[in-house]
Amino acid sequence: MDLSFATQQVIYGLTLGCLYGLLAIGYTMVYGVLRLINFAHGDLLMVSAYVAFFGIIIFSLPWPVAFLGAAIFTAVIGILIDRGAYKPIRKSPRISALITAIGVSFLLENLALVLIGGRPKSFPIPTLFNGSLSIGELKVPVLSLWILSLTLVLLVIVIGIVHKTRIGMAMRALSRDIETVSLMGIDENRVISFTFALGSILAAFGGVMWCMRYPAVEPFMGVIPGLKAFVAAVLGGIGNVTGAAIGGLILGLAEVLIVAIQPDWSGYRDAIAFCIMIVILLTRPRGIMGENLPD
Amino acid sequence: MPDENPKRDKFLTFISLSFLLCFLWYADNHFSNYTLRILNNIAIFIILAVSYNLINGITGQFSLEPNAFLAVGAYTSAIFTLSPEEKLRSFIIEPMAWPLSEISLSFPASLVVAGVVTAFMALLMAIPVFRVRGDYLAIVTLGFGEVIQVVANNIVSVTNGPLGIKGLAPHTNIWWSWGICIFTVLCVVRLVNSSYGRAMKAVREDETAAMAMGINAFRIKTLAFTFSAFFEGVAGGLLAHLITTISPSLFTFLLTFNLLIIIVVGGLGSTTGAIISAVLITWGGEALRLVEEPISVLGFEYEGIPGMRMVLFSLILIFVMLFARSGLMGRNEFRWAILINWLKRRKTSEAKNQ
Repeated sequence: MDLSFATQQVIYGLTLGCLYGLLAIGYTMVYGVLRLINFAHGDLLMVSAYVAFFGIIIFSLPWPVAFLGAAIFTAVIGILIDRGAYKPIRKSPRISALITAIGVSFLLENLALVLIGGRPKSFPIPTLFNGSLSIGELKVPVLSLWILSLTLVLLVIVIGIVHKTRIGMAMRALSRDIETVSLMGIDENRVISFTFALGSILAAFGGVMWCMRYPAVEPFMGVIPGLKAFVAAVLGGIGNVTGAAIGGLILGLAEVLIVAIQPDWSGYRDAIAFCIMIVILLTRPRGIMGENLPD
Repeated sequence: MPDENPKRDKFLTFISLSFLLCFLWYADNHFSNYTLRILNNIAIFIILAVSYNLINGITGQFSLEPNAFLAVGAYTSAIFTLSPEEKLRSFIIEPMAWPLSEISLSFPASLVVAGVVTAFMALLMAIPVFRVRGDYLAIVTLGFGEVIQVVANNIVSVTNGPLGIKGLAPHTNIWWSWGICIFTVLCVVRLVNSSYGRAMKAVREDETAAMAMGINAFRIKTLAFTFSAFFEGVAGGLLAHLITTISPSLFTFLLTFNLLIIIVVGGLGSTTGAIISAVLITWGGEALRLVEEPISVLGFEYEGIPGMRMVLFSLILIFVMLFARSGLMGRNEFRWAILINWLKRRKTSEAKNQ
């Protein structure tokens, strides 16, 4: 394997990793605050992809409007899911919330199937994101640069919100102890809604970018990325935003590089994340960056 | 307070089981193939629901494994019941790997092997997960369900890849499926009523408190998970020899979702509930196919919508979780004493009314 091929694969891996990272941040924030694996989070990727798709194709909106609309719509859906499905059972055993989460995820997928149909739709890629730059032998897709820089910007914004703002402080406080925090005069439901909205917006941007990278929109497109993003969140240390991004990058790189080195294994591509999850649980259950959770 | 009477209860259980067997004998001789097929399905789903309930409802560890373990069980038993000649004939892409291609077992032996292999898989997953945080069980088992399909598609020399394994002998009849079903229910009930079962419930209610009482939570959770995996593997073997053709695409997450609805509707943590709702939903699922077929109601042409059934099912699941969390049975179990007391009370109230 020569150097330019390796660099090329690293770029692909980082691109994929950023997409996982964007999703993983949403998982990690919700888990941090509520100790809930939000199974419906992966499906938000699908929701935003469809909204952007219909925005561009049917309403012929310019792409920035469509993308922004997708982000806002997905954030609203995220808040609605929390208010409708998770809030009523916040006090009941954790297994009820997990079952509801699976129900919500299945509902979103099958609702999309019933309303829109199962045939994959090809996503229209705006010209700005098309093409690639040639640097020597390297071919860097413009989209990869967009994805990398967008992820970086969003990550900085999220870290800023979590560590520098009042609502971020409230989020961190909630992850310690919900009951005490609400006794301190903080409206915990507002903070939780904000967490869901923030996570959903990241998932929405991830979704739009995802279907420009892999341009097929279908109802079940969010399942596997969602699963892997959760693995990325565990890999980085659950509850830790930076960790989630780094976990995503590692996972993306691992997937692309392993297949690049051993093309025979391409069939097992989806199994890599699962193996990583098992290994991480056995060797370093608190993740690479350390968990950000009290017991 | 209902009075327990072990001798009488055993006798009544024995009598009702004999009635069930008589009914099965009658069904076997008089019912149509379609009805028998549904009866077989019901038995398999009872096995699955009861064992799935053991880990989800009784031990309180949320897992999403049934489709994966069914797949493991189905493939294992299918591989072992085919004769070497059949294997040579049906593995056209790649011949079967050596030791497997020569081994051939009887149907019951293959079921046991299927159960053991599945339980072993469960053990391999339980150790990393339960050592850390039970929460991750859901995601690990969900991932395993996806991986097992990938693996079944790719290790062609063992599973015949996407073609699947065809032409299995239809060994599963009403006696096998219901016999194993009854055996499973008896085993699970015995386990739940033993000290292990009480430890499982303690872990469900409060893990820290259970550990403080000297219960090894890791061991109890692992036990529950492997125990249910064993029976799910056996059910997989039964299923494979009922439908006689298995392929990776058969074992999707949909199966797990159906079972989740069954145990939630029945009442998480109630074996009786799991049985009742397995019967209701397997039966009702057949009836609900109507939703997806075109029908006309009062002159309105209603076109069937594929996927509508799943939308309904997920709404039911969310609805039950939000508004009727105890399901049909809550955490109560069927007891003869309760039934007898209820009958007595009805009699006295009737007598009063007259």
